[in-house]
Amino acid sequence: MNAVGAPIRRQGPGGGGTILDRSVPGRRGWSLPPLDVPEAPVPEEHARGRRPGLPEVGEVDLVRHYTGLAQMNYGLDTGMYPLGSCTMKYNPKVAEAVAALPGFQRLHPLQPDSTTQGALELLWRLERALCEITGMDQATLQPPAGACGEMTGLLLMRAFHEDRGDARRRVIIPDSAHGTNPASVRLAGFEAVPVRSDARGLVDAGALAKLADDSVAGLMLTNPNTLGLFEEEIEEIAATIHGVGGLLYYDGANLNAILGRCRPGDMGFDIVHINTHKTFATPHGGGGPGAGPVGVKDELAAFLPAPTVRRNEDGGFSLDPGGERSIGRMHGFHGNVGILVRAYAYVFLHGADGLREVSELAALNANYLARLVGEEFPLAHPGMRPMHEFVATAKRLRDATGIRAMDVAKRLIDLGFHPSTVYFPLVVEEALMVEPTETESKATLEAFGEALRRTAEEARERPDVLREAPVTTPVRRLDEARAARALKLRW
Amino acid sequence: MKFAPHTDAEIGEMLSAIGIESLDSLFEQIPPSVRLEGSLGLPDGVSELEIVEDLRALAARDRHLDELVCFAGAGAYDHFIPAVVWALAARSEFSTSYTPYQPELSQGVLQVLFEFQSMVCELTGMDVSNASLYDGATALVEAVHMARGGERTRVLVSEGVDPRLVETLRTYGSGSGYEPEIFASEDGRGGAPAVGDDVAAVVVQHPNVLGILEPASELFSVAREGGARAIQVFDPLSLGVLAPPGELGADIAVAEGQSLGNHLAFGGPYLGLIAARMSDVRRMPGRIVGETVDVDGTPGYVLTLQAREQHIRREKANSNICTNQTLMAVAATIYLGWLGPEGLVEVGRRCAAKAAYAADRLTGIEGVSLLHPSAPFFKEFALRVPVPADRVVAALVERGFLAGVPLPREGDDVLLVALTERRSKEQIDAYAEAMGEALA
Repeated sequence: MNAVGAPIRRQGPGGGGTILDRSVPGRRGWSLPPLDVPEAPVPEEHARGRRPGLPEVGEVDLVRHYTGLAQMNYGLDTGMYPLGSCTMKYNPKVAEAVAALPGFQRLHPLQPDSTTQGALELLWRLERALCEITGMDQATLQPPAGACGEMTGLLLMRAFHEDRGDARRRVIIPDSAHGTNPASVRLAGFEAVPVRSDARGLVDAGALAKLADDSVAGLMLTNPNTLGLFEEEIEEIAATIHGVGGLLYYDGANLNAILGRCRPGDMGFDIVHINTHKTFATPHGGGGPGAGPVGVKDELAAFLPAPTVRRNEDGGFSLDPGGERSIGRMHGFHGNVGILVRAYAYVFLHGADGLREVSELAALNANYLARLVGEEFPLAHPGMRPMHEFVATAKRLRDATGIRAMDVAKRLIDLGFHPSTVYFPLVVEEALMVEPTETESKATLEAFGEALRRTAEEARERPDVLREAPVTTPVRRLDEARAARALKLRW
Repeated sequence: MKFAPHTDAEIGEMLSAIGIESLDSLFEQIPPSVRLEGSLGLPDGVSELEIVEDLRALAARDRHLDELVCFAGAGAYDHFIPAVVWALAARSEFSTSYTPYQPELSQGVLQVLFEFQSMVCELTGMDVSNASLYDGATALVEAVHMARGGERTRVLVSEGVDPRLVETLRTYGSGSGYEPEIFASEDGRGGAPAVGDDVAAVVVQHPNVLGILEPASELFSVAREGGARAIQVFDPLSLGVLAPPGELGADIAVAEGQSLGNHLAFGGPYLGLIAARMSDVRRMPGRIVGETVDVDGTPGYVLTLQAREQHIRREKANSNICTNQTLMAVAATIYLGWLGPEGLVEVGRRCAAKAAYAADRLTGIEGVSLLHPSAPFFKEFALRVPVPADRVVAALVERGFLAGVPLPREGDDVLLVALTERRSKEQIDAYAEAMGEALA
């Protein structure tokens, strides 16, 4: 399987210890110039007594330790990373290079606008491009992640209704939605009302119509949805919600599926958030950073968080402090600008033609792979064509062999792959949610498909190989119950 | 420019395997009435060379901090970042990985986060921490959400807390149904919060937004005697020389962690630090890493206490955090490893000494004085200047300095000046001379 990346292999016995275990009293890594001004110790009553228990290590210790840890970590550069709903596609190196230009990296967030014209223009151009891609009128780049984008969008929704003297309290969410949706809804002061999916895996339009009344502030929807299926009745759904005076919120988790094919704004959505690490391939850093820009239609623009970037009549750019109706501030400064620089590079490298191709080939890869593994792992909703990702089920395999989706995932690790997402969405039994992304080659997809089919074969012939997997990694299956019971959260 | 590796021949083979004619067939589910006609109103894609030139041209229009000597702070600081930090943190095994859902493939990042949590606890003198939050402002929001519950809903915030943090808190509070209430300071510090039995939290920033050292332990005693949680906004690089939140009696401590090895980057990505008492561990937001063992008894790390989180608790979760700032936490961990306990003290000692020296030099200029002359400060101080502060900043940019941050809330003529270990005596002297010239 030479199409596979470099798997994470056990380097030696595990339990190598933390950086503190490398500490030797008196050893040091730091260096600073001699103090060139008079001492000015802090007043006695404010002074620290005991020094903190940080490691005393040299630079070589640091390099060996963290290089070793890096080698125990699987990244996109290691190999295919088909986590459904997470969109782990190749992160272009050029985006790293441009984000490191001192003109972006060495800017203080509170410098006068006259000294940051390049960065402000970049943000302004990106905002315009994101509006064009999503069919929105204006946007804020401030939210530092998708969940914060959701919170922003919901506060905008709330401000919009309150401004009209209309205190609406319910937000409808499909039962297949990501957990951040209901959590954000509650934190924004709304009540989350679930709407069920029908047998096709789409929002049940009849059930939605029954829920829709003038207490509904809005609907949050991902389209294609979390099952990877396009909500074909989106226009009817929009008419239902708009008909009762509600707003439509587009969760951009799957925007990468429809670039240049259709736009949330044209489907009737009023508010959109974008996950830059999904759609625009900004590196996700082991769990963050992200960035979660939010676009809105004109009637919501006055409520956007401040500051926003404004283009002045003289062609210059400035940070607009926002008006009275602005919801306020979602981040201490201007959001994750370093990530937005990378998103800008991605958007304009690809351009209109390239972005469209991104979605086309993402859908091609997902459908091709679904076809390769469909016999053993059938689609959860077989009547529907998946778009950029597909949800298969290991239910039949489990019923026949007792092997579960998690066992399949762990065996894939031994076969050299990062597994797909498992057990999500919650509405599918033994879900395997696979998103290959457009940056994997046909050969890699075939190798992954072969590995997945092999797990099914093994489940029937030698199931212990799956139950005991993984055996090649630095650690094997970990006792999560013990971690939560006997809490050890620090050295 | 594209990164998809497909050849035309491969695309053809894949389409026929799927049993469709063209790529368009993959989008047939989209109703024709909502399809985009024509193409997006963006230019077509360009080569890598062209995008690099475009971004270099934009970046060249910024006056960055290799050109301007930085005396600006207000929550983001120009501390020195040793080369080893990003040489390691930028390794793509860290930067291109996802949230560690498969711990067997993610021991690297999980262990770094465990070390990060440990270091934050060591710094702050607190019991537990997490895998980071978005930034200092949103960390304060999360701390307040931890504290609120039952009858205790009100949030008292010291006047010394950075107004940008208060504004962020007010914005999130509008959703959760609270409005931060400011209690006044006296001569730049202290104050008397009235902690009734409906108060959930008392928030104190120490050192405060003016750089001044607060009587934090007294304020925290008042908070705790009233049954509220004491929340401290701290500066991580002050904790080599200043008593930590745990010793001062804070229940929850939060900070902007940018100064720990992270670039200024025009405001982000930074990281929020949060630490608390063990009794509050189940109210903590975000990802938490715990140590455990595998089936062979080998020690290893996992995400733990996930029952708190949005993907399990959904609308009942205390926080909607999913993404955090893990990579920034990796950098912070390596930076703190480089400093060690002694380096941390040395950085703090230098910051304090340079700030005292700079305040001395600047207040020697006619018309320039400290806003609160008798208040002790750490690495930042507020100056009253004889002309509007933004004019001072503009004039100093012309002379090669980023002079500080105007504080309009304190008056048009107030300038906040920050010193780090990075500023040399020569730079401070040149800055004071330039300020003198500009004001002459």
